[in-house]
Amino acid sequence: MSKKSDKTAAAERPAKGATRSAGRNGQAERAEAKAKQANGTAPKYDLRNVSESAETLIGFYRQMLLIRRFEETTGEMYTRAKIGGYCHLNLGEEATIVGTMSALELRDYVFTNYREHGYILARGVDPKLIMAELFGKEAGVSKGRGGSMHLFDVESGFLGGYAIVGGQLPPATGAALAITYRGSDEVVLCQMGDATTNIGAFHESLNIAQLWKLPVIFLIVNNLYGMGTTVERASAVAELYRKACAYDMRSERVDGNDVLAVRDATRRAVEHARKESLPTLLEAVSYRFRGHSVVDPARYRPEEEVKHWRNLDPVMALAHGLREAGLIDEAGIKQIDDEINAIVVDAVRFADETPAPKPEELFTFDYATDVPNVDRSLPGDHTGITQDG
Amino acid sequence: MPEVTYRQALHDTLRDEMLRDENVFLMGEEIGVFEGSYKITAGLLQEFGAKRVRDAPIAEEGFVGAAIGAAMLGLRPVVEIMTINFILLAMDQIINHAAKIHYMFGGQSRVPMVIRTPGGGGQQLAATHSQNPEVWFAHTPGLKVVAPSTPADARGLLKASIRDDDPVLFLENLALYNTKGEVPEDRPDDVLPIGVADVKREGSDITIISYSRMAAVAMHVAEQLASEDGIKAEVIDLRSLRPLDRATIVDSVRKTNRAVVFEEDWRAYGIGAEVAATIQEHAFDHLDAPVRRIAAAEVPLPYAKNMELAALPTGQHLVDAVHATLDASGGVRGNGRSNGSKGQRSASRG
Repeated sequence: MSKKSDKTAAAERPAKGATRSAGRNGQAERAEAKAKQANGTAPKYDLRNVSESAETLIGFYRQMLLIRRFEETTGEMYTRAKIGGYCHLNLGEEATIVGTMSALELRDYVFTNYREHGYILARGVDPKLIMAELFGKEAGVSKGRGGSMHLFDVESGFLGGYAIVGGQLPPATGAALAITYRGSDEVVLCQMGDATTNIGAFHESLNIAQLWKLPVIFLIVNNLYGMGTTVERASAVAELYRKACAYDMRSERVDGNDVLAVRDATRRAVEHARKESLPTLLEAVSYRFRGHSVVDPARYRPEEEVKHWRNLDPVMALAHGLREAGLIDEAGIKQIDDEINAIVVDAVRFADETPAPKPEELFTFDYATDVPNVDRSLPGDHTGITQDG
Repeated sequence: MPEVTYRQALHDTLRDEMLRDENVFLMGEEIGVFEGSYKITAGLLQEFGAKRVRDAPIAEEGFVGAAIGAAMLGLRPVVEIMTINFILLAMDQIINHAAKIHYMFGGQSRVPMVIRTPGGGGQQLAATHSQNPEVWFAHTPGLKVVAPSTPADARGLLKASIRDDDPVLFLENLALYNTKGEVPEDRPDDVLPIGVADVKREGSDITIISYSRMAAVAMHVAEQLASEDGIKAEVIDLRSLRPLDRATIVDSVRKTNRAVVFEEDWRAYGIGAEVAATIQEHAFDHLDAPVRRIAAAEVPLPYAKNMELAALPTGQHLVDAVHATLDASGGVRGNGRSNGSKGQRSASRG
C-alpha cells in the first residue's frame, strides 16, 4: 500500500461503538485499526435480518437518491451558468446526511457549513425552493439573498449554511445554550468539515459546550480533504474524533457510507444530548466524489483512490442491499428513480421560471427593527438624508 | 432628577431590563463572581443567579458567537467584552455572522443581541489596550453602533439596544464610567431612539461634532469658548454611529457654516471622515472654511506618558481648531475676529 492510499484508512466502521474517551484507544489498537482501514470497507448491507421496516429503508434510499440527483443536476446547472458564486456538492456524502438527519426530530435544530444542499433536502424542505435559491430567485429558501452557501429554513429548524470555516460552531453552541435556558429538550446538530477541527472556533465551542453541558452534536464530515489538503497534512491528530478528549467530551467515529451506522451513532448522540444535556463529537468518514467546489477538478487526488471510493458508493450500496434482501425489485428501483428524476426536473423548471428578487427590495431585510436615519442610498447617490428633499 | 455616574446608570439599566424581560441575560468574562472588570455588573449575579449572569471563559469568538445563536432562538443576550481591544478576537462572529444573518437568510432570523464594551486610551495601557476601532463596526451594514456620552444617554440607549431586534455594539469609555449626570427615574418612555444625534448645546458660530468621551470634552470646551471668547459653538453628540444622523449634522452646518469633528479614533478613514464627507455632499455651498478633524495621531499608542499625551486629542486641540476655523472664515459673527486667545493656545499646547 502506498502512503497515499492510507488516506482511505479513515473509512473504518467504529467496531467498538461509542467511545467515551477517544484517548482510551491504545497505540497498538489504533495501528491495527488503521491497517484494517487501508482495505476500505464497502457497507455490505445485510438487510435480511435488520429490525428496520422496508418502508424505512426504502425511505432512506429515496432521500439519498434525491440528494444524489439534485446535486448532479446542480453541478450541471452551474456549468450552464444558471447558478453563480461558489457551489459545493454533497455527492458521495448521502449516507452521512440521511443517517444523521433521520435521527433528529423536526423540533431539533441544524447548523451546517456551506456544503449543505443535502441537509436541507433531508430536513424535508421543498427541492423547488432550494433550487430557486441556487438560481438566485425570490422564492428561494433565503429569498435569493443567500445562495448555495447560505440556505436557511426556519420552519424545519434548519438554521443556516455558514460559509466561513468554523463560523457555525459558536452560534450552534449558543442555540444549545438557549435550549437549556428555556428548559426544553431539543438538540442541536452542528455539521462541519474535517479541516474545521483545526480552527479556534472549534476548540472554543467544544470547551464551552462541555463546560456548560449543552445539548449539541458536533458532526465532523471527514471527506479526507480540506479543499486540496489531506487531513494528515493539516491536523496533528488524523483521527479527528479523538480531539474530543481535550474537553472530556464523548466522541465516536462512524463509517459515513453506512446510513444505518450513521443513524444509530447519531441516535446515541441525540440521546446523550436530550437526556443528559451533554455534547458529542461525532465523526463520519465519507468521501466527496467531486472536487471541493464545482469548479475544482480535484487533480490532487490519486485516480486509484477516487476509484476505490467510487466503488463504495453509498447510494449504490444501499440499492444493492435492498435488492439482495428482497425488499425491492428492479421495477421498484426504477419507479423510485423515475419519481426522483421528476422531482428534480420539476425543481429546475420552477427555479428557472420563478422571478428574481426586485432591485427595489435591496434594503428590505437590512434591519429587523427599523430606526431613523438608515442610509438607503444607491451606489451613484450622495449619502441619504431623509429630510434633504 | 437624581445625579448618578455613567457606571451606575449602566448597572441600573441592565438590572431594570433583566427585571422587565426574563429573556435578557448577561454573558462575559469576569462579570459574575468578579462583578465585572469595571464593576458595571456588581451584585447582579447574587440577585439574578448564574443562569442570567453567565461568566464566560476567555474565548471571545466562542461566547460572542454563542450569544448570536441564543439570540437566534429568541433570547436577548447582553455580552460584555472587557475592552474593545479584545473584540478583535470575535470579529468573524460579529462581522460575518451577527451582521449578516437577518439579511442573508432573507429575514427569517433576528439577532437581538447587545455587545457592551469600553473604548478609550490615555491610561498608559499602551498599544494593544488603547484603541478606538468603532469605525470598523460603524462601517458594517447590519450592525447598529451607539456611543453615548452621558449617564442619561447611556440609560436611554442601552434600553433601546436591548429591546432592538438587531445586533447593537454599545460603546462605552473607560474615562466616562465615573462621570456624573442627571438621569431620569425609571419610566416606560425613557428609551432613546437609535440613529438620532443630540444637539447638546446650541450655537451659531461653529458646529463641533463628536461622540462618546470626546463629546463630553467638547461640552467643556464649548463652555470655555463661550465664557472666554464669546464664541457660540453648537455641539452635536452623534450618540449613534450607525445609523448616522446626517440630517442633524447638515442642518447645523447650514446654520453655522463651519464644522470641526472631534474624535478619539485615528483620523484616516475614521468617523470624522464620514462626517466631513457628509458635510461636503449636503452643505458644500454653506461652508465658509474647510472641515477640520481632531483625531488621534496615527501610531500604535506608546506607553511613556509624555508620548501618549502627544498622540491623543485633547480639549486644547479643539480650542485651537475652532479658532483656526473661525480665523479662516471671518471670525465670530457680530463679534469681530476671534483672535483673543492666541496666547493661551500656544501656552497650553503639549
